Amino acid sequence: MPKSIVYEARTERLEILDLEGKVDLELMPEVDQELALKLYRHMIRMRAYDSKALRLQRQGRMGTWPPSLGQEAVQAAVGMAMDEKDWLIPSFREPGTMIAHGVPAHLIYAHWAGDERGACYPENIRCFPPAVPVGSQWQHGAGVGLSLKLRKERAAAVVFGGDGSTSEGDFHEGLNAAGVFKANTVFVIQNNQWAISVPLSHQTAAETLAQKAHAYGVPGIQVDGNDVFAMTLVAREALERARSGGGPTLIEAVTYRLGDHTTADDASRYRDEAEVSYWEKRDPIRRLRLYLESEGLWDEAQEEDFVAEVNRWVDEQVEAFESMAPADPASIFDDMYSELPSRLVEQRELLLEEVSR
Amino acid sequence: MSAQKLSIAQAVRDAMRDEMRLDPTVLVLGEDVGVDGGVFRATEGLIEEFGAERVIDTPLAESGIIGLSVGLAATGFRPVAEMQFMGFVYPAINQIFSHAARMRNRTRGRLSTPMVIRMPYGGGIHPPEHHSESYEALFLHTPGLKVLVPSNPYDAKGLLISAIRSGDTVAFMEPKRIYRAFREEVPDGAYTVPMGKAAIAREGSDCSLLAWGAMTRVCLDAAEALSAEGVSAEVVDLRSLNPLDRETIFESVSKTGRAVIVHEAPRTAGFGAELAADISEHLLLELLAPVRRVCGWDTVFPLSKLEKHYLPNRGRILSAVRSTMEF
Ligand SMILES: Cc1ncc(C[n+]2csc(CCOP(=O)(O)OP(=O)(O)O)c2C)c(N)n1
Ligand SMILES: [Mg+2]
Repeated sequence: MPKSIVYEARTERLEILDLEGKVDLELMPEVDQELALKLYRHMIRMRAYDSKALRLQRQGRMGTWPPSLGQEAVQAAVGMAMDEKDWLIPSFREPGTMIAHGVPAHLIYAHWAGDERGACYPENIRCFPPAVPVGSQWQHGAGVGLSLKLRKERAAAVVFGGDGSTSEGDFHEGLNAAGVFKANTVFVIQNNQWAISVPLSHQTAAETLAQKAHAYGVPGIQVDGNDVFAMTLVAREALERARSGGGPTLIEAVTYRLGDHTTADDASRYRDEAEVSYWEKRDPIRRLRLYLESEGLWDEAQEEDFVAEVNRWVDEQVEAFESMAPADPASIFDDMYSELPSRLVEQRELLLEEVSR
Repeated sequence: MSAQKLSIAQAVRDAMRDEMRLDPTVLVLGEDVGVDGGVFRATEGLIEEFGAERVIDTPLAESGIIGLSVGLAATGFRPVAEMQFMGFVYPAINQIFSHAARMRNRTRGRLSTPMVIRMPYGGGIHPPEHHSESYEALFLHTPGLKVLVPSNPYDAKGLLISAIRSGDTVAFMEPKRIYRAFREEVPDGAYTVPMGKAAIAREGSDCSLLAWGAMTRVCLDAAEALSAEGVSAEVVDLRSLNPLDRETIFESVSKTGRAVIVHEAPRTAGFGAELAADISEHLLLELLAPVRRVCGWDTVFPLSKLEKHYLPNRGRILSAVRSTMEF
């Protein structure tokens, strides 16, 4: 008996917008001018929101913050492609998607400033809280996708994680289960090349992360994550597949973490300036701006006005979270169970007594 | 022997370095332990001295780190695995409980897993979620694991070297809140602090305060305040929770007749409950008051804004001791 090939696979990569802001017209998704501007404005807004958090942290007004600098296109494109009825299951570096999906921006600040109320989103917002245990959320993405399918909702679950998180068992279990159940799930890897100090080459011997999908019988695609149009196209296709019962998709968005891992990190300890400047040239905002300018959709005067507006908006978010009434110490207990066991009732009273002294 | 003033984090690093110099089978592995030198700098300089084959930046997978370590340990290496924070050990629990803790017994001594699982633990640093856990009870409840928790640089180095040399899997909990809070003289070169020996951190005659790790210092502070009230508190730093130095504990409590146990982990089924039961079983007639516990609440560890309402503090210890004295 001769040997035969039982399986062969290829992995595609999509890019539409080049470094000079020119698009491949054949691949260009139907992005109307309004959406292009909306994406751009959102990315500018998110960059300002992010850098404000870093400043607040230095002033002692914010806790540890994981910056999104350089990753705005992935977050904006996916967020804008999602519907209200889709569920978002973030990791911890997707404020841009969360806010596009309707999570109040000041609550995300509040959460990272150390206030649990910052993960209590309005009732109608379909979003999980950030998942700090790396990779754990992948499985929830599969679960929510299965739930939507069982409930016959025309909606998708979108779950995010980093390149490092694909090394955790949860990633494989989640993707595998979603494949088996044909769950309505879109898995988005923000491959920003680093997991704190560990480069992708230490996470996997595979050439891409997208190809891992093949092993689970799930379509996988790599995208230039700093290309907001390619991201939009791929996200739309994956969302449509999920909503219509076509099963999950794995998207590997190749991007770059231009900042430190978090405010507790110093990336200069472990990576080259040259690598950072290589990626600075691939800045997703710059590329989109060049495109908008060449299309006559944006100019310096608009930029100035908009930046002023964004700065006001960011200040409002700061004001909104900093003016929240101090959290009640007893709230440590109140949401532990659907009804408080007597032991906790007793402990709660002890705490209140201590606080009132 | 010469000595240097070191923090706990530096003492931990020196323990690994000195032992790696002596024993070529000692390996360090974990997330960011190599080039970065660890997020707490507890492995700083090791990759430069010992190379990437002995100081291994692993893929981001705790189950993987411990699973690898089981394989390495069972075949002749002595891995020192770092969990970046104790709150991230959970993916590895299956490997620890189902394999590391049982290998010796399952094979009737044929294979064993001499390895150390280093875990920065505990609250007080205002971090994001899952960075403040203090779950020694999980490891103490699992037969087959040793559990050590130093409270100062000297013990950190000596206990870690004992752990590396031990024939078993050791959960080594490092009080990150005081990683760099103070420096003390630490001898150069390898030395050991024996496992299974508590330390009397402060002598006293009226009440025994039993604690470990970062809480030892809170107790010392409370003992100082108590002495102003005329109460002489003895602080016992357990430092080795398994094996446990019951002799020193019983001796101290028989002397004072009173015991207050302090830990930051939740109260229910915490190690304090075990100690209280043990003391009551053995010293009932010598006790002048019921054994009391000052612990974390039975809740999720709060985010930073409410953290101060969770952690045991001097005030709570003082009132527990006072009520014990007045009993
Ligand atoms: C289970 C677990 N292990 C370790 C950590 C500590 N940690 C936080 S983020 C991180 C790196 C994550 O890298 P990646 O998945 O690439 O996401 P990125 O931070 O680059 O967005 C690590 C090791 C954690 N939060 N959870
Ligand atoms: Mg990453």
